[in-house]
Amino acid sequence: MAKVLMKGNEAIGEAAIRAGCLNYFGYPITPQSEIAEYLSRRMPEVNGMFLQAESEVAASYMIFGASAAGERVFTTSSSPGISLMSEAISYCAAAQCPAVFVNIMRGGPGLGGILPSQGDYFQATKGGGHGDYHLLVMAPNSVQEAVEMVMKAFPLAEKYRNPVIILGDGLIGQMMEPVEFPDHLVSTPSDKSSWATSGMATRKSTQRNLVRSLFLVGNSLEDNNRCLKAKYDQMKKEEIQCADYNIDTDYEALIVSYGTMSRVCRTAIDILKKEGIEVGMIRPQTLFPYPDAIVQKAAWKPSCRVVTSMELSMGQMVEDVERVVQGRRPVTWFGIAGGIVPAPEEIVDEMKRVLHAHQS
Amino acid sequence: MQMDMMFTGFGGQGILMMGKIIALAALKEGKEVAWVPSYGPEMRGGTAYCTVVIGDEPIGSPIIQNPMNLVAMNQPSMEKFSQLVKPGGMILKNSSLVPVSSHRTDLTEYEIAANEIANDLGTVKVTNVVALGAFIECSGIFSLDLIRDILNQELSKKPALLDINLQAIERGKSACVSI
Repeated sequence: MAKVLMKGNEAIGEAAIRAGCLNYFGYPITPQSEIAEYLSRRMPEVNGMFLQAESEVAASYMIFGASAAGERVFTTSSSPGISLMSEAISYCAAAQCPAVFVNIMRGGPGLGGILPSQGDYFQATKGGGHGDYHLLVMAPNSVQEAVEMVMKAFPLAEKYRNPVIILGDGLIGQMMEPVEFPDHLVSTPSDKSSWATSGMATRKSTQRNLVRSLFLVGNSLEDNNRCLKAKYDQMKKEEIQCADYNIDTDYEALIVSYGTMSRVCRTAIDILKKEGIEVGMIRPQTLFPYPDAIVQKAAWKPSCRVVTSMELSMGQMVEDVERVVQGRRPVTWFGIAGGIVPAPEEIVDEMKRVLHAHQS
Repeated sequence: MQMDMMFTGFGGQGILMMGKIIALAALKEGKEVAWVPSYGPEMRGGTAYCTVVIGDEPIGSPIIQNPMNLVAMNQPSMEKFSQLVKPGGMILKNSSLVPVSSHRTDLTEYEIAANEIANDLGTVKVTNVVALGAFIECSGIFSLDLIRDILNQELSKKPALLDINLQAIERGKSACVSI
């Protein structure tokens, strides 16, 4: 299929439909309202469900309900809206209901701003809602990658019966780039008859299927949490996605960066290269599971003197970088969180400063 | 090679559409392209701008603080953005609404009386397309035929508007002058 020029938000909506998701419940919020706007037109064309709920809380419980009934379902929001949805996300995780959430991040905390930010890294990877759960978290750095991640998210959510979240930002949502919707990522919803509340699992069953997140009897809660833990361990083995840049050189410093910020870093690395300074980059595409071993190996390369986490936040992913580098290299952080995307030159200056401060 | 440009003016002037037509042309040429709008708490009549980056390789940072090429469709945009253009760059101003020059000697400056020409054609709504015609002339970025193709494609559902837009792009191209 020929490439088309699309805004990130519209491409995300189209990608969900192409991936076979015909249910959208949402509530508008800048900078991702175009997703709902697009789907309000597109869903009826494909006999799908578009529903604007009365709030993010309502939309997220519609997601929970539709998923429990066995439907492929997704919603989208931006940071404050995801906070409101976090309770239902925790319920989905506990009840093992697959669903796809998209967070087009804006600056925070609070109502914050409407410009690009990566301030929800902790929320997406470490918590959000209450309890012992994780989301599978993917972070695109282009409109094309956003499309591919959305299309992959539905089968992954069903494989693990767990919510998946795509962590974009205002730039990914608002930018137009050429995209295509790869045929090989088209999938059909999996058979959910063994657990979904569409009746009994089989004709011969004696009990109806039940979806619940309340476990009061005996060890049932412990058992459920063990079951969830086993899924997260499996994700760590099977679902890590990661990209790199300029990593085959004897780089003096390593940048770890994801999403929009990683594109600025890529340009900065090109500028540094022209000046004779080699800097490599690891770009996690999944933030949970985190590419621990890949970041560690790249950081421990003998030529590498220092590792810098570049973020549109006041220092969140840097904690994961520190964790995997294990003190064997100095780890620094550079970030901007006021809705400003820095110029590549600012990254160049920071890397020169960091390299100067950590001489061999 | 990478080329970047910034289209600036006020909301309602069709600024974002100018960038989009260029981005569509780049796509048709098989180039990599990123189009980024200004977005924020804007309103009709407020400032509007977009940047377009075109290249043969995947686009790194799509955010351009210092563009090589600037199209200034109104006076506030000229004042705000002309000092940001890279030395050796180019400014195209809409002389209908921008009486001043950038006072810069390290770049080339062109002008087009876009509003007058659009009014002459019958509607001020094609001001942006007139300026776009001037832009392809002074930047040499794409051929007139390619832009015609894009207009044909984009206006296929509005045939009544196609003819005047095709006239606008040609008038703009031939009326662009260096200052």
